Amino acid sequence: MSKKAPRPASRMGDPGRLLAGFALLYLVFLYGPVLFLPIFSFNDSIFVAFPLKGFTTKWYEQAFADEDMINALVASLQVGAIVAVASTILGMFGAKAITRYRVPGQSAVMAMIMLPLFIPEIILGISLLILLNALGIDLGLPVVVIGHIMLCTPFAMAVLSSRLEGFDRSLEEASLDLGETPWMTFWRVTFPLAAPGIISSLLLTFIVSFDEFLLSFFLTNQQPTLPVYIWSQLRFPNKLPSVLAMGAIILLASCLLVVLAEWVRQLGTSDRKVGLA
Amino acid sequence: MAQFLHASKTGQSLQAATAKTDAAPGLLQRLRAFYLRSDAAKGYTLLSPVMITMGLLLAAPLFLLVLYSFWTQTGLAIDQTPTLERYRDVVGKQSYIDIFWRSIQTSGLVTLVTVGLAYPMAYYVAFGVKKYKFVWLILLTIPFWTSYLLRVFSWKVILGYNGVINSGLTNLGVIQEPLEFLLYNQTAVIITLAHAYAAFAILPIYVSLEKIDRTLLEAAADLGDGAWSRFWRVTFPLSMPGVIGAAVLIFVPTTGDYVTPAMVGGPSGQMIANIIQVQFLKIGNWPLGAALALSAMAGVAILVILFSTAMRLAARSIR
Repeated sequence: MSKKAPRPASRMGDPGRLLAGFALLYLVFLYGPVLFLPIFSFNDSIFVAFPLKGFTTKWYEQAFADEDMINALVASLQVGAIVAVASTILGMFGAKAITRYRVPGQSAVMAMIMLPLFIPEIILGISLLILLNALGIDLGLPVVVIGHIMLCTPFAMAVLSSRLEGFDRSLEEASLDLGETPWMTFWRVTFPLAAPGIISSLLLTFIVSFDEFLLSFFLTNQQPTLPVYIWSQLRFPNKLPSVLAMGAIILLASCLLVVLAEWVRQLGTSDRKVGLA
Repeated sequence: MAQFLHASKTGQSLQAATAKTDAAPGLLQRLRAFYLRSDAAKGYTLLSPVMITMGLLLAAPLFLLVLYSFWTQTGLAIDQTPTLERYRDVVGKQSYIDIFWRSIQTSGLVTLVTVGLAYPMAYYVAFGVKKYKFVWLILLTIPFWTSYLLRVFSWKVILGYNGVINSGLTNLGVIQEPLEFLLYNQTAVIITLAHAYAAFAILPIYVSLEKIDRTLLEAAADLGDGAWSRFWRVTFPLSMPGVIGAAVLIFVPTTGDYVTPAMVGGPSGQMIANIIQVQFLKIGNWPLGAALALSAMAGVAILVILFSTAMRLAARSIR
């Protein structure tokens, strides 16, 4: 057998360098277009066009002076907070059930819970609209909350069940053996061990709700959420710079929250490994 | 054992509690004991909040949507006599058929571009990155979580008449007049969707590549396969589930996408979701809108099943 034939997959040589170059270009493609929002949000011109005219923060001042925009921001923050808590609680119950008990028909149940991720949002939006109409419920923020809970629960389930699967269930059994009630066992063993998962579920469901547009578009009435408000402002060219400013803030905040959420989740797992080693 | 001990303990306390109030403590106790021993009962109790929520907010609305598609609306009145007329309306109108096929074509191209670009990227993270794999994965998933609306909006800023590309090129003297073909057409929709859904494709492909047993690759190399044929005969077929998963994960939601065609599509870039939205929020013919939505979903589902079967067969034939 020739000497150079078995080349391990780890040392990729030239094609590897080519791939690395491609990967960098891919990151530029992924992040580049979005960077234009923050860039033009500091540009001293009403037109979103080159050449850049000079640095200004007045679009940020304008954004925060826009009462409707602030109201929409507050609405979105409130909706997001309620949705995050509600869907994480639902997800926690569900995740505990499917990771701790042998539930017959589990895959069918999971398929139903995960279904919103695979159905186009427009279908979810119109069918919720029909339901609310049939029940005679008025549109508005409470209804948006309900729609978002349906949309966010699958994310909470996914994050939390992977977390609960990850830890040793004998810890819970030990607690029960030592005479704790199921509730105290949950509170003193399961909850602390699942805490990183819970935190990252709260953060991620908050982001999904906060950024969600189409369901809110169908379900809001007088008071829009921030994405719905931004959508309504895109028609007015003179509003564009302040929308850019708000958009830049949202993008930055979401990125930070996602990194935080993923970091917390990873931090939890490495701690656990060290702790049990 | 632990659960048994525990069960008898609470069983007793329950007996003590119910004995005072209930006439039949024995039966209740037995029910309670059965409950505590049954995984299924405990599991379903814990699952009930989420199942009730999903039943009410997902299953019930979808059921109503199906009902609506068999009804008739005249003015504001709804006639609930079941009829297939709405589906006949949908299939009979050429413009709906055209928009359906255009949506399929758009999403098909988006899927092709996105999966094609994501594959080498996922391959690099799975096989090329040794340190900081985690950082790469986070970098690749962040866009998935950030505002979809704003990501689409940034393409409007880039492709617009006075947008980044046009003003940039004019400024550099490359063009005299802004290029009008950049925005408000199908190409703009494809570019924007391919970018917006980029993050969806990488993870499934990455997972399937990461799962591949590395000894298989070594075996192929030992048996004299070169890098390329090793990839083509071992890695690629084994990563097929991830590729199919990614393709479905992009194709299905993009066929139903509303925001992108509405924002950058113009009249020629409209897709199926836009005409559904018009039926629901503007014209107000909900039964027709429901029939449109369900026909489109059925059409997409059939195409997805055909596609994934074909891909699986193709992957098998390589080996």
